[in-house]
Amino acid sequence: MQNVVFPNKILPYLLVAPQIILTVIFFFWPASQALYQSAMREDPFGLRSTFVGFANFTAIFNDPNYLHSLQVTVVFSVATAVLAMGTALLLATAADLVVRGRGFYRTFMIIPYAVAPAVAGMLWLFMFNPAMGTFAYLLRRNGVMWDPLLDGNQAMLLVVVAAAWKQISYNFLFFVAGLQAIPKSLLEAASIDGARGSRRFWTIIFPLLAPTTFFLLVVNTVYAFFDTFGIIHAVTGGGPAKATETLVYKVYNDGFVNLNLGSSAAQSVVLMVIVIGLTAFQFRFVEKKVHYG
Amino acid sequence: MSTKMIAASAAAASLSLFWASSALAVTELQWWHAMTGANNEVVDTLAKEFNEKQGDYKIVPVFKGTYPETLNAGIAAFRAKQTPAIIQVFDVGTGVMMAAEGAVMPVAEVLEKGGYEFDKSKYLSGITAYYSKPDGTMLSFPYNSSSPILYYNKDIFEKAGLDVDNPPKTWPEVWEAARKIKTSGAAECGYTSTWLTWIQTENFAAWNNVSYATNENGLADTNVELKFNEPLFVEHFQSIADLAKEGVFRYGGRTSEAKQLFLSGECGILTESSGGLGDIVKSGMNYGIGQLPYYEGEGRPQNTIPGGASLWVFGGKSDEEYKGIAEFFNFLSQPEIQARLHQVSGYLPVTMEAYNTTKESGFYEENPGRETPIQQMMGKEPTENSKGVRLVNLPQVRDIMNEEFEAMLAGEQDAQAALDKAVERGNAAIQQALGN
Repeated sequence: MQNVVFPNKILPYLLVAPQIILTVIFFFWPASQALYQSAMREDPFGLRSTFVGFANFTAIFNDPNYLHSLQVTVVFSVATAVLAMGTALLLATAADLVVRGRGFYRTFMIIPYAVAPAVAGMLWLFMFNPAMGTFAYLLRRNGVMWDPLLDGNQAMLLVVVAAAWKQISYNFLFFVAGLQAIPKSLLEAASIDGARGSRRFWTIIFPLLAPTTFFLLVVNTVYAFFDTFGIIHAVTGGGPAKATETLVYKVYNDGFVNLNLGSSAAQSVVLMVIVIGLTAFQFRFVEKKVHYG
Repeated sequence: MSTKMIAASAAAASLSLFWASSALAVTELQWWHAMTGANNEVVDTLAKEFNEKQGDYKIVPVFKGTYPETLNAGIAAFRAKQTPAIIQVFDVGTGVMMAAEGAVMPVAEVLEKGGYEFDKSKYLSGITAYYSKPDGTMLSFPYNSSSPILYYNKDIFEKAGLDVDNPPKTWPEVWEAARKIKTSGAAECGYTSTWLTWIQTENFAAWNNVSYATNENGLADTNVELKFNEPLFVEHFQSIADLAKEGVFRYGGRTSEAKQLFLSGECGILTESSGGLGDIVKSGMNYGIGQLPYYEGEGRPQNTIPGGASLWVFGGKSDEEYKGIAEFFNFLSQPEIQARLHQVSGYLPVTMEAYNTTKESGFYEENPGRETPIQQMMGKEPTENSKGVRLVNLPQVRDIMNEEFEAMLAGEQDAQAALDKAVERGNAAIQQALGN
């Protein structure tokens, strides 16, 4: 690669300045505040605060509820990412085969992405809430003991489906683009050699989609970690009995409902470390296996 | 979120300051509240009437979201030194506000600054006891109060062969009626309840005159130990757990979601806040109202405790602002205003005079059942068990209870285990919140 040298010494800095300023204001400043708060114990109004060192961190790691919440987050994130990406891939390959009305299908597939998380949560809640949901009524009518208000597994299923549903559109869009980028000649050659649909898919399409899949894996993990708060808040509120309380939801709950700011800040610091670590891991190890065509 | 909120409120405050100084030197007073729908209109009307009545002060109501959101907005505003003049705080937030000594100005002192006096004898004693400090100083201004009552579906009662005019009075009678509703096929579920915490523990303790926590349920001192794993509570919750297993009791959710189960005719009996009456009337169903049930025993039923919200005043305002707030509170405490508030919003009247005015007008004869929550709350002089529950972190303790109740109703543990765990976890949370 050739090094490019800009003749102007100041202009490059000016050009990146807006992005740097935004990052500092919306990431570094809040993050430093979280670090500071995580070492303090304070009453809600900030009238008295004392430095407690790592006490907040030791407290959360000794809290069985925190470890439970970690487990919930892993289950939720993996399930959401797998369901959202799997369904999207299935739909994208199906849409690729459609000849007539291709644009129509694609447009309609993308619509759920425009729905805000909280609204998506409300939609699923209205369908499956045991007190008012139409589908909940049908399920009960047919002998299914559907009660996500008390059954933790059903509640988890509900939030995973709602969260995945919203993300399918986004994944679909990228998979469709990825499929279009695969040279038709390769597939034709494989067909001539006698490879059937599923074989063509696993030996040609899937490996060539790897960069897209990898990118989506990162995006979906981050999505499941951070952007699903609205859905969980609307559908289950972390319940029943903490069955759907993810790490992010716990940060909110401990900070804004229980007003325990020190613990909440310590949890968000841990969360920050987890996400940085996760992303670094993905780029370091998973990306090596990805073949960029 | 808080950064944005602070910036927004700072901008709003500086803007309003600018308008205030450039206009007729009218002192603007912000009133942050959490009232929606018809109750929001009441707030706006009150502010409008007050502003038209005099020219020195202007009350500006600002809707801040749900009760917890409003409280959080107030806390964030305090931290950013941009507090409103008046903030509406829900009952369970009372302990949080009280712990913030120095952040708030007791309403008794605010009224003094305006040359008025807070005359406790004019107010319902249950309400004044709840909103004052252990030494008797009135801390906040009672605005809207409610009390849990029993609602029942008369059509379902008739189908089940139950007495339509006499709703069950005690809990064992409720269980019996609920089972009959289910077995007779009159409805799919016999009984449901909103707010298990507020109704089945906090009010349950007061109404049956048993202790919820030490130190007068936290009213005498903030350092308390929870007591709601005593035999009567265990008996009560085990009954609910058994009914849930039989499918006679249906769980609706942590707050008022269960009302839907009653409105849709799925459940025949409901315990809910008196503030929920509006929706039930609107649905046009054939309903009846009864007292909150109790367990038979000496001196029972005692009295229920107020739910709802009160108005708090922040510290660090100018004398001029305090004078204006005092004027507004004086305006609010007028009997006609209070009576109207009660009749329009469905909340309880907070002054004796307002209650009497409403009574004389024949309102209760036209609207049977509307007096029940008031009689429940002020029928008797409150005991140390029935003045209310005040914990520095009641919202958190309620969450803990809800989690254990949900595990119990799902059949994962019995009532004794659920209540023991809730007490243990609750006590630990209280100690942590106290900074011990």
